[in-house]
This record gives sequence, C-alpha cells and structure tokens, in this order.
Amino acid sequence: MSQVISPLAQNTPSAGWRLLRRLSKGVISIGCTLLGLAALTFFIGRLLPIDPVVAIIGDNASQEAYDKMFKQLGLDQPLWQQFVAYVWQLLHLDFGIALTTSHPVAQDIARVFPATLELATVAAIIGVGLGVPAGVLSAMYRNTWFDHLMRFVGLLSYSTPHFWLGLMGLLLFYATLGWIGGPGRIDFIYEFDLQPVTGFWLIDSALSGKWEVFRNVLGHIILPASILGLSALAYISRMVRSFMLEQLSQEYIITARVKGLSWARCVWVHALRNIAVPTLTVVALSWAWLLEGAVLTETVFAWPGFGRYLTNALLAGDMNAVVGCTLLIGAIFVALNLLCDLLYRLFDPRTRQEEP
Amino acid sequence: MTDSVNKSPTLPASRSLRAWLRDPAPQSPLQAQVQLMWIQWRRFCANHSALFGLLVLLVIIAAALLAPWIVSHDIYAQNLALRLQPANAEHWLGTDELGRDIYSRLLYGARITLYIAGLTALIITPLGLLVGTTAGYLGGWVDTVLMRLVDIFLAFPSLILALAFVAALGPGIENAIIAISLSSWPPIARLARAETLAIRKMDYIAAVRLQGASSWHIIVRHIVPMCLPSVVVRVTLNMAAIILTAAGLGFLGLGAQAPSPEWGAMLASGREFMLNNGWVAAIPGLAILFTSLAFNLLGDGLRDVMDIRHD
Repeated sequence: MSQVISPLAQNTPSAGWRLLRRLSKGVISIGCTLLGLAALTFFIGRLLPIDPVVAIIGDNASQEAYDKMFKQLGLDQPLWQQFVAYVWQLLHLDFGIALTTSHPVAQDIARVFPATLELATVAAIIGVGLGVPAGVLSAMYRNTWFDHLMRFVGLLSYSTPHFWLGLMGLLLFYATLGWIGGPGRIDFIYEFDLQPVTGFWLIDSALSGKWEVFRNVLGHIILPASILGLSALAYISRMVRSFMLEQLSQEYIITARVKGLSWARCVWVHALRNIAVPTLTVVALSWAWLLEGAVLTETVFAWPGFGRYLTNALLAGDMNAVVGCTLLIGAIFVALNLLCDLLYRLFDPRTRQEEP
Repeated sequence: MTDSVNKSPTLPASRSLRAWLRDPAPQSPLQAQVQLMWIQWRRFCANHSALFGLLVLLVIIAAALLAPWIVSHDIYAQNLALRLQPANAEHWLGTDELGRDIYSRLLYGARITLYIAGLTALIITPLGLLVGTTAGYLGGWVDTVLMRLVDIFLAFPSLILALAFVAALGPGIENAIIAISLSSWPPIARLARAETLAIRKMDYIAAVRLQGASSWHIIVRHIVPMCLPSVVVRVTLNMAAIILTAAGLGFLGLGAQAPSPEWGAMLASGREFMLNNGWVAAIPGLAILFTSLAFNLLGDGLRDVMDIRHD
C-alpha cells in the first residue's frame, strides 16, 4: 500500500498543517455543541409558563414597575438579540440570580458542587476498584458461575430504581442494623469540628487529624457512594469484560501462552495493558453518569450537593438555577468526551494516523 | 400428528401444521415468513430468562388491563382507622399511610407505568427512525444538521434533560411523557442512521432508485422496515430506563401527582413512614424493579433472536 501512496505524498499537506486543521475542526465542533446547549437551555427557559417578570417583582407590582423590569430583562428586544445577550452572559459565567437562595447561581453551584464531586469520586473509586477486576475475572472465567453472577448483578443494577435502593439501604443499614450514619454528610455534633479546606470532607477531616470526624464522614458517605457506584460497577465490568474477551482471542496471547507464560500473567499483564486506554475512557464516561445519578441519590440521602440543589430549584420553579445546573452538566459531559478523545489520541498511536 | 399422510403437495391444508412449518421448501412468501417467525420463536423459547421476562410482562399487562375487576378496594378510599396495616387477609399487601389498599393501588399503578412507557415508545420510535434514516440516506448537510442536533441532545444525561423539560412544562403525567420522549429519542436516531448507512449502498436500494422511486418512498418503504428490528430491540431495552426515569420523576413529585397511584409517587409518600413500616416503600419499588427487569430480559432475548450485534 505505502508504495502506491508514496508518489502522492508530496501533494499531501505537512503534518503540522494537518494537526492544525484537525484541531480547528475539533474546536468548531465543540463550539457548535456548546452553542447548541445554550440554544436548548434558552429554549427550555422560554417554554416556562411562569412570567419571568412576575417571578421577580411579584404579582401586585405596579404596571410601571412591570414595564421597567420587562425592559431591564431585555424582553422587549427581538428574540435573536435576547439569545446573543444570553450567550454573552453565559460566557461570563453569569447564570442569573437563583430565586430560592437569592444568590448568583454560579456562586450557589460553586458552593454545593464539592459535596457532589466527593460523592461521585468515592462512587467512581468503588465502581472502578470492583468493576475492573470483576470484568477481567468474568472474561477469564467466561460462562462459569462467576460470569453469570456478574451478568445478573449488572442486569439488576440496570433494572433497579437506585433511589429506592437507597431508601432500602437506609432502612436496613441505618435504621435496623445501625452500621452507618444516616442522611446528610456528617452528624450535627461534628459539623463544627471540620475546617473546610478542599471541600472534600474526607480529605479535610483526615488533614486535620480528627479521626473520629473522619469515621463519621466515612459512615455517611459509604452507603450513597456504594449505591451510586453500583451502576458504574455494572457498566465498567461489562465493558471491561468485552474488551478483555477481544484481547484474549488475539494471537499475541496464544504466542505468550506457547512461550509458557501462565494464564494469569497473560491476562493481568499483557492483555490488561492493551485494554487500559478504552477502560480509562469508560471510567471517565461513567464518572459523568455518576453526576447524573447523584440527582436522585442526593435527594434520598439529603446530601447537600448539586443534585439536591437542582431538585429544590425544580420544585420551586426556579428556572435560572435549573438552566444553570443543566448547562453545567452538559458542559461537563462535553469536556469529558473531549478528554476521552484526547486520551485515545495520546495513548493509542493507531488512532493518530490520518484517515485517508 | 399421525393423521393420514397426504402425498400431494398441492393440498397444504390437509397436511399437519407442524409439517407446514418445517417444510424445507416454502411454497409461498407467507409460508416463508411464518416459518421464519416460528424459528425465531423457538430460539426465543430456548432462552429461559427472556421467556421469563415475557411472562412477567404479560402478567403485568394483564393485571393492568383487568385492574377494575381484580382490585379488592377503591384505590382512593381512605380509612384512617386501618392505616399502615401490614399484609393480612383483608389487605393482601397491607395499607398505606391513609389506609388505602396497597395491592389495589399497585394494580392501577401498573396502568400508569405502562401508559407512560407505551406512549413514550410510540413517540420516540417514529421520531428516531425518521430522523435517523433521513440523515443516513440523504447524507450531506441534512446529515450534518440532524446529527449535530442529536449530539446536542446527547450532551445531556437523559434524566437531567427530562428534569429540565419538566421544570419548563410543569409537573404532570403528560408533560413527563413529553419530557422523557424529548430526552430519549436521540440514541434511537443514531442507531437508525448507523443501520441506514449500511443499507443505503445495497443493490436493492439502487434498483428501487433506478425505477424512479422518490427518496421519501425509499426511506419509508425500503429502509425503515430494514431498520425496524434493531430499533425495536433498542426501544425495548430503553423501556427499562424510561420506566426508571418516570418513577424518578414521580418520586421527585414532578411526574404523576399525589393521589395518583403511580409507583414512584407511592414510594415518595410511603417514604416518611418507611422506618417503622418498610413495606409501604418496599412494595412499589419492587414493582418498578420487576417491570424494568422484565423489559431488560425481553430486550436481551429479542436481540439474541434477531441476531443483532451487541454494541
């Protein structure tokens, strides 16, 4: 093939130019998606049956005040100008004022987000820590009881309402057995012992060396994180299993076996390294899904994070907060997808080749 | 089937049904079609978990259809003297915090869940098929625009998007259905497009086009039927997620509203009394779990039957 192509090589653009073109293409694509996110949320905000002016100044304001606020919100402008103004605000991270807290939405999100991040991260650690070995073992022992068990667990996880599982978990482990802490991030009596540094209370309490507080925080996070992590576990183990099965049927594994390597070494050293990159992207994606799952889980566990903030905003009809949260999640999704793409490029030389 | 063996192949009516189904050389398109379905049905029956899923689903559908005749109590009748009773002969699954019979409410709840799931499927299947096949067949800027739109919708997790739509539309069952549909059609469209890309280059499409068929005719009559099996499998598997989302919306108080026996709403109202009366929250959750599980098992089975590649 290369001999056929080589006479044409002088006509193809240089590697630097190609990279630039690919980059600009990627930037345009992401820009389009982000603009689309903005348009979609703008549209959702427009759907709202509540009059935004009345929502701010109340029912019994004078017509004069109404008109003034109407103008101030820019509602007298044509739609496209409103949209441009909206995008301009978003570029400055200005999502407006949340009606429920009367703080700027961006500030609110910055306040509640670490709690969710901590929950999702612990869940991801549980999901990866158990999901990757489970996936590898299911591939190694395909169609044995372990494989069937993992498939069953995965099926259950896809079919179970996780908020219900959270309630049942609280009922069993908190109310009946008393093994763990109840709803919330920490027991009230410890709340003032904690010096917020990172916003991750597990790390904060460990840094301050108050192990009693640490244990309390751990007791509160373990159940919501496990339940949240279950879906990640199911997804990661299923994907790892199929990646692994694909690798194990390759010839280099047969070669390694013929050389006399043990089966375990083939799997855990040779094949595992080859599935590292796709696994990493699966982990990144599942971490994004965990943020979604956090919405209902946080409601059940009264976890003072992003999900509960969003739910409260939804129930109060606080559209600025809802749109802000939705946009943030969308942006995180886009960013993580981009990250996965870059990871592939970085670690897998085969994807770096220019497609003809 | 040991009746008189008729040697004449011109009289299929007199031959046994089994022989007709197993005939290695089908005489008519109808026979070939029925034979294929018979083979697929046999293959489906060999998959016990799929069969179990189908059975559970049929029981749930029957319960929902027959609800007015098999319930034991009025689902809205409150009896505070008999509140939070555990299961007994009078109330098979106990009573809730207002003394309403949980068993009866559960059956009517099945109606709501199936109504949401069914209507959502009826919306997202044609929508996804139409967008996906059109994008895939026409290509060019139509493809770019439509797929960009799909990408934007896919950039949100479906629950978050459904929540945002419900927030804008207001709570209620119909709005929940619209919100769930709007957030779950894009994967269907993407699947239909991928199928179409494989189909559009085939000879039979070229033959139809040479006969002068319009793009619309080709898409609707020749591409959509080919995409249908894999889309149906995907929608069946999606049903599980749709039921969970609907229950989640009900649980948050954004879907079906309070006196309604929707399972998610039942769970939410039983939640406060859960610590002492676990069954009030456990039973609706189990109902959601079983329905969702049934759809997952059925979808897996259908996928195996139709030989659709695992993605």
